[in-house]
Amino acid sequence: MLRCEKLTCVREDRILFQELDFTVNSGQIVQVEGPNGVGKTSLFRLIVGLSIPYSGTVYWHDNDINHHREMFYKHLLYLGHKTGIKPELTALENLQFFQTLQPSHSNVDLWQVLAKVGLAGYEDIVTAQLSAGQQRRVALARLWLNDCPLWVLDEPFTAIDKSGVQVLESLFIQHAKKGGTVLLTTHQDLSIDKLHLSKIILKKPMDDLYV
Amino acid sequence: MFNVFLQVVSKELKGAFRRQSDILNPVWFFIIVVTLFPLGIGTDPTLLARIAPGIIWVAALLAALLSFERLFKDDFIDGSLEQLMLMPHPLAWLVSAKVFAHWLLTGLPILFVSPLLAVFLAMEVDTYLALFLTLLIGTPILSLLGAIGVALTVGLRKGGILLSLIMLPLSIPILIFSTMAIDAAAYGQSYLGLLALLGAMLVTSITLAPFAIAASLRVSVS
Repeated sequence: MLRCEKLTCVREDRILFQELDFTVNSGQIVQVEGPNGVGKTSLFRLIVGLSIPYSGTVYWHDNDINHHREMFYKHLLYLGHKTGIKPELTALENLQFFQTLQPSHSNVDLWQVLAKVGLAGYEDIVTAQLSAGQQRRVALARLWLNDCPLWVLDEPFTAIDKSGVQVLESLFIQHAKKGGTVLLTTHQDLSIDKLHLSKIILKKPMDDLYV
Repeated sequence: MFNVFLQVVSKELKGAFRRQSDILNPVWFFIIVVTLFPLGIGTDPTLLARIAPGIIWVAALLAALLSFERLFKDDFIDGSLEQLMLMPHPLAWLVSAKVFAHWLLTGLPILFVSPLLAVFLAMEVDTYLALFLTLLIGTPILSLLGAIGVALTVGLRKGGILLSLIMLPLSIPILIFSTMAIDAAAYGQSYLGLLALLGAMLVTSITLAPFAIAASLRVSVS
């Protein structure tokens, strides 16, 4: 269970959002919506602990994430705008690195995982030579290679084609049914039914507020 | 825990061997700087032997500076750094692995080419031995100190100058003690005490620098 308490985010002295409170329970898919520049990525970076909030706290199972980082990161999979894939390594080598960090998945056949994300035949090609969508697919292959309950995905559908989006949506639903939590931002309309999907809508303030 | 360390090191090495210019550039720079000195100041062996320790150490320092940029910068750009920071292991431990890999790729090659340069600069065998030992102890300290500077400047667009401003003053003690040790060896004196001082610096930086690097990265990336 993820709980944010009175989160305030400040960028360049401008307040992006103030005193944001919300709780995400297991089994929920939460889409964060809002226009560009409203602070979706900043919110996600606060939630995963990559940046420190101006004020407020993020709790994972009632533990402050800044004080229990290692425990929290065992449960977290974060995919940001930057994919975290090394361009000079092949798709297979990139995944092998992430696989060794997940001892529970050390028996998974990476060739099959790559086939699932539509990269069969591209295993041995240096990722720098793959297209933008294929590079993102390499990063997304990590979704099949973990047992983290919390997925925080910043624009996971960027450069992904329609059929790819469908595969991912069904994977999210499957993950939620197993008791996992998915937080994502996207500007696309999701075809996930209302039962599973909740939304957090960030709006641009009428006036810019400064600290 | 050790497995993660090895995985990070092997990933770094794999990546580096795909882009060989990154490994070769600092070593090449090191060789060029050292070989240009005899051409510039003449080939008098006594003069060369006298200034050799200083030349080699200054060149090693500048070569290290040249190689720091890619310690965290590429990872910062492609997002691997974020993923490293989100691993369920202590960040200080993970960055130690990165620094170790960096030393293997820049410090170690310098050690390998140093005999050749010692011959260029007409160094005696005893003096060379002292040079080798100071480089062996000193270059890891340079990597660790440099990593703190890189971690502080990784989020900046043009961090290069700032990095050298942070890094060079910190490395002056290493330069002084190393060249003193080599000078002592050249005069046939015992230089064990100076080596011990360098060793103490190495132990201190191995134990403390990773925490400084981790803390600086948390600040720079946020």
